[in-house]
Amino acid sequence: MPKRDYSLLGADARRAVEIGLATAEWYHTDVPRKEMKALMQRSDAQAIRDTELLFGAMILFVGLGIALWPSWWSAPFWLAYGVLYGSAMDSRWHECSHGTAFRTPWMNNVLYEIASFCMMRNSATWRWSHARHHTDTYIVGRDPEIAVMRPPVFFKLIGNFFGIFDAWTAMNRMLYSAFLGVHPEEKTFVPESEWPKVVRVARISTVIYLATIALALAMGSILPLMVIGLPRLYGAWHHVMTGLLQHGGLADNVTDHRLNSRTVYMNPVSRFIYWNMNYHVEHHMFPMVPYHALPKLHAAIRHDLPAPNRSIREGFAEMWPALVRQLKYDDYFIKRELPPTAKPYREDFHTAALGTAAE
Amino acid sequence: MSEWVDACSVDDIETEDVIRFDHGGKTYAIYRSPDDEWFCTDGLCSHEQVHLADGLVMDYVIECPKHNGQFDYRNGEAMRAPVCVNLGTYPAKAEDGRVLVQVA
Ligand code: FES
Repeated sequence: MPKRDYSLLGADARRAVEIGLATAEWYHTDVPRKEMKALMQRSDAQAIRDTELLFGAMILFVGLGIALWPSWWSAPFWLAYGVLYGSAMDSRWHECSHGTAFRTPWMNNVLYEIASFCMMRNSATWRWSHARHHTDTYIVGRDPEIAVMRPPVFFKLIGNFFGIFDAWTAMNRMLYSAFLGVHPEEKTFVPESEWPKVVRVARISTVIYLATIALALAMGSILPLMVIGLPRLYGAWHHVMTGLLQHGGLADNVTDHRLNSRTVYMNPVSRFIYWNMNYHVEHHMFPMVPYHALPKLHAAIRHDLPAPNRSIREGFAEMWPALVRQLKYDDYFIKRELPPTAKPYREDFHTAALGTAAE
Repeated sequence: MSEWVDACSVDDIETEDVIRFDHGGKTYAIYRSPDDEWFCTDGLCSHEQVHLADGLVMDYVIECPKHNGQFDYRNGEAMRAPVCVNLGTYPAKAEDGRVLVQVA
């Protein structure tokens, strides 16, 4: 019997509120105000350049994919287009949901809507679920965005590299919202004033997918779906790979992001696709800092953080065996060591999580 | 009408910035605008009670450090999700190098 109840309406959710784990005070590294102010500064320039590059590359790859269709020579271009649609859009969705990508609000909003659609996320719902993820990061029963639940279900983890279960759930939720209204779980974190917007967004998305399917039927070809919809599946692998590393195998039910989040050094291509979210401890501690300033923030606070993994490969080598171990022992997790210069973890806060199976 | 309270020196707040001010068991945020005007609001975000003084001032907007909700600090208006409830605002002015606020 799994010990953890991840439902937002279940026993662990109630327990988290009772014992003060919900909406708790989290640890922050001290950064002088002047320095933090400089790190938080917004600009449009870098995000405009990155967005032009992203959409330019998508148009080029999809154009070549269509031109060479149905030959196998089109495959590399679909794979490249797919990863930009099904993975880079995840990080754009994320950064724009924080409103930190651009300084100009409408630019954040436009990219947020496009990216939400590509990722099959309701733009009205997910804004709120992500706020909860930041309030209660990996607090069981509170965080609606826990990617790896314990014990891990490996066929789901692996299936999601191709978006299979995610997209299926997203489609069901879209149709539910379009026809039946806001789901009861979502009502726990989306304010009532936003419910009409949730339904409206779901209906618009449904219409776009129906139109794409109708076009595919009329053409007698899946080509329209290769452009809209399917890339969420065949291009998902990169965002799942990086997303698993964010918190996978680390502690839950703690209030220190150094314990439950992972920073991983990555190659420049992955960092472009992921928009620097590999600096994940830093992002969670200071969500006000835009993606382009995260390397500087990392340099400013690394003395107080666990050593980052030096590559995606190293991150997986650390995480995957821990996930396998959690199959047998739900309570097992990796406890990350702090450098001697760091302020220690508040062990008194975390005895329930830290006192069990860490090694 | 309540008294003007001496909150801090004008030099304690940089242009386009904010500081926290605690008084009478309540916490406030005092702002210095890009044009060196003075404003005062409730100090805690109306979403999850986080100190706004740790946030970012951009023109006449204060962005909350927790979930990036935004308020217009001139009138307290909630401008960007996840904030929905406006902030209380209080008169503020600078006199003889001091910042004065009229808080209850
Ligand atoms: S606490 Fe301020 S936006 Fe959530």
